[in-house]
Amino acid sequence: MISKKIIKFLCLFLIASSLSSKIYAAEECFEKTSRSIFKLNMAVDNAIIEPIAKGFSKLPKPLKDGTSNFTSNISTLLSIPTSLLQGNFNQFINSSGSVIINSTIGIFGILNPAEKMGLVSSKEDFGQTLGSYGLGPGCYFVLPILGPTTVRDAVGLVVDSYLDPFAHVTIREKELFSISGNNLDYYSVKGASAVDFRSENLTNFDSLEKNSLDLYSSFKSIYLQNRSNKIKNSFNDQDDWSNLEN
Amino acid sequence: MSRLKVFLTFVFLIFNNPLFAYSSDPKEFVQELVTEAIEKLSDKNLTDDEKVKFVEKIALENVDINALGLYTLGELRKSSKESDLSNYQAVFEKYFLKSLTSRLKDYSSSKFQVVESEKKSATYTIIKSVVTPEDGGPKVQIDWRIYTKNPEKPLIRDLIVEGLSLARTQKEEFSSILSSNNNDIKILVKKLRDFVNN
Repeated sequence: MISKKIIKFLCLFLIASSLSSKIYAAEECFEKTSRSIFKLNMAVDNAIIEPIAKGFSKLPKPLKDGTSNFTSNISTLLSIPTSLLQGNFNQFINSSGSVIINSTIGIFGILNPAEKMGLVSSKEDFGQTLGSYGLGPGCYFVLPILGPTTVRDAVGLVVDSYLDPFAHVTIREKELFSISGNNLDYYSVKGASAVDFRSENLTNFDSLEKNSLDLYSSFKSIYLQNRSNKIKNSFNDQDDWSNLEN
Repeated sequence: MSRLKVFLTFVFLIFNNPLFAYSSDPKEFVQELVTEAIEKLSDKNLTDDEKVKFVEKIALENVDINALGLYTLGELRKSSKESDLSNYQAVFEKYFLKSLTSRLKDYSSSKFQVVESEKKSATYTIIKSVVTPEDGGPKVQIDWRIYTKNPEKPLIRDLIVEGLSLARTQKEEFSSILSSNNNDIKILVKKLRDFVNN
């Protein structure tokens, strides 16, 4: 019931954001609060996530690769319905094929034979799907623990929990192809995925912290650029240099 | 999000040999510059300090730091006083070099290959390249924005790693500082100076 209310609120907020000419991607929903949450997230990262990620990075490579492949295979599940919703059938086939092959031949996703067979799946979510329909991001804010987002992507995050087959069998406790799970399974996989990501970027985060004058803004810029690229499925540079010829 | 480490490493990689005359063709320019950089930085006879000096010298010769400074300042460059702009440019150059060289210790050699060249306009060419990290990590796409107004002397204006632009990230960071300080360029200059001096 609560989640239905949240969805309703976010949908209304999204529509309002998209209609309002005053709210652009770079604009903040509530910057002061977001900056406070960002500080909190950084403190959590420093105290908990970073030390775990450092420990994880010292594990033998096969163990790290196996964990990374396993969590990546599970997160590809969400790409199957969202690719379909985007009308991107090539992506749909790649994601479905990748999950099937890696879950079977790849021993529950621990190995990644699909990539060697040319099935490269991209990670798609409902926020990207809304973006592919032409919906703007709305304003930007930071969520506790989950980090940077926009109104559109926050709505997407809630919808993802209904579209994602893995969330369906874990947090929704439904059965799918005789597979079931629970909340612990869901949060364990998401936690492992976060630790894996953080361990891959230990040096990057340090460098960003060391060289940024305003770390909050750097994260915001990187997040927005990354989301824009994911929606376009390309790295095409946005050419805003043209008025600087000096 | 892709590999900031490679991103910063390659910002660093491009600046190593002051005596080498690079090609005026943008594609060859990037290939020669990076190939030479990898060779030089793999040289164990050089100390970190010597490498820093190389970085600074070659950055000054091959990166359009002046234009990068103006770009990152955004629209304020049009309305700022000349003296303020001059102060900003001077401290921006120091800031750029310091943040560039701070990555020196993290350098590890990688395989580098220029893939293609795309002429965007008379003054810009995008060089697409692929980097394969030494540790066997995934390949990283790096695009180089090359300014070619002077066809004899191409200059690097931006690096875009997996779609993330260094210049744009910097510009948005500065923009945030400015907007929360009443667009006062002096505050930005002070923050840059503090960074350089710390």
